[in-house]
Amino acid sequence: MGDPFGAIGQWLLDLLTGWGLAPALAAVLLKFLGAAVLGTAVLVLTFFLIWVERKVLARLQDRLGPNRVGPWGIFQTLADALKLVVKEIITPRGVDVVVFYLAPLMAVMSVVSLWAVVPLAPRLIGSDINVGVLYIVGMGAVGTLAIMLAGWSSNNKYALLGAFRSVAQLVSYEVPMVLSLILPTMLAGSMGMVEIVEQQRAVWFVALAPLAALIFFVSSIAEAGKAPFDLLEAESEIVAGYNIEYSGLVFGMFYVAEFLHGFTISALTAVLFLGGWLGPWADQFPLLGFVYFAVKTAVVYFCVIWIRGSLPRFRIDQVNSINWKLITPVALATLAVAAITDKLVPLLGWGRLPLHLAANGLIVVVTLFALRAYARSARRKLDARLDALHRRAQPASSTSGAH
Amino acid sequence: MTLLQALFLFLAAVTLGAAIMVVTSPRLVHAALWLVLTLAGIAVVFVLLEANFLAAVQVAIYIGAIAILIIFAVMLTRRVMTDSGPQVNRNWWMAALVALLLFVGLLGLLLQAPQLGQATLQPLTNADAQLEDLGLALVDVDRYVLPFEVASVLLLAALIGAIITARPPDPKEVGE
Repeated sequence: MGDPFGAIGQWLLDLLTGWGLAPALAAVLLKFLGAAVLGTAVLVLTFFLIWVERKVLARLQDRLGPNRVGPWGIFQTLADALKLVVKEIITPRGVDVVVFYLAPLMAVMSVVSLWAVVPLAPRLIGSDINVGVLYIVGMGAVGTLAIMLAGWSSNNKYALLGAFRSVAQLVSYEVPMVLSLILPTMLAGSMGMVEIVEQQRAVWFVALAPLAALIFFVSSIAEAGKAPFDLLEAESEIVAGYNIEYSGLVFGMFYVAEFLHGFTISALTAVLFLGGWLGPWADQFPLLGFVYFAVKTAVVYFCVIWIRGSLPRFRIDQVNSINWKLITPVALATLAVAAITDKLVPLLGWGRLPLHLAANGLIVVVTLFALRAYARSARRKLDARLDALHRRAQPASSTSGAH
Repeated sequence: MTLLQALFLFLAAVTLGAAIMVVTSPRLVHAALWLVLTLAGIAVVFVLLEANFLAAVQVAIYIGAIAILIIFAVMLTRRVMTDSGPQVNRNWWMAALVALLLFVGLLGLLLQAPQLGQATLQPLTNADAQLEDLGLALVDVDRYVLPFEVASVLLLAALIGAIITARPPDPKEVGE
């Protein structure tokens, strides 16, 4: 019971070498097998996730949601997937064929490959590379590239507009995301995801760096293109955005990538800030660790859906101002302050937690004052403009009154 | 020949082929895509050398930032689907000369590497410590702090330049 996943791996290795394979080759085969199992499991999970998201969203909006196929409509996604599979895949005239079909593959790849560095349970991780955090950033870039290629290769103005929006949004929100990713790296002293989880034994990083956790959560919602940041596919403005020309299964791949991305960012938030699989008795029973990880991820995922169901979509100028005028400066401040605070801990001899919390509180207070000052000056400017308009309109109204 | 060597040769061929396609493909966006493949090939070479950090940085910076910016700039400034202008201009021989000189210079530099003559190379031990050393070297006064700071000042200047270029004209100068 101590290490079921390791035991399964060892059993498979013994089985393969027992068939006469060289141990090195067997190990390589097992790596491929592990990758296939993880990738398939994650993609199959998406069927369930789509159902969960639709059901929760429906409840938030006082609807029933899918409720016809199977108990509580749980097989609705299967029916939808079947429909997508049998639909004809149309290649519109004038598209750049190779790029057109490369884009959905890359979109799915970028999301699924993120799971390689997510520690699912004690001693259960696809690949514990020592630069896990950087890997997340790099793979996110592949997703951006996929969206842009889809928009460009479709030979459609709306698709291209959607791609432009996506780049403006994804590239700019990558900045605060990377900045907030540095904090768990700094606090753990490692970029490896396993080490980051291990270092949260004393206290979760969400308590040490609440602002960074919030910034990571918000900017990764924007990276995933979830509402309120779903400008990439604003139906009312640019029809459907970058995936407008895709049909059938190829469209389904974008759909799957998008839903899975929402869940993946929840898993990453759980790992980086909520202690991953850590919990009572998780070390003795790795399966329990997996349950903790799943519960934490589910809670974060519920918040993602909750936000999606509650907030209206931002305008494009709001998206950019929020990022460049609020989130990025705060992320920079958080990073600098946290670096200094962590060095001060041994000097002052206070606990790590109160010092970090106080530093974060200070940033929040300063940010709120700055926001108030900004709102006042904006209001004053607006008043001045309204006054000017009013004065200009005054003579006109007086002459019209004389008639 | 070991599996690793075969893999490396295949990878090198793909990278070089993609690099040639970058300068020969008629469409700019295609050229940018081939560039992505070239850069990805180099990232995989880093992985083969067990330099995980450099591989991740290669993907994050070169594919994630630079290639995307190139493609974005091409998409914004050209007629996107039909652009296929002439491949070379009058200065092509100068570019070729610079490329050749650079190649010879790099080759000379590599030939001076001390490990070149050894039949078997030492495998990398303790990659984490080396990564830490790289980080410390960048902030060490005796080592690379000056180039590092100069690079950051250069980037800052570029950043300010971009802001000034993108700034809308002052409403007072233009008039309401």
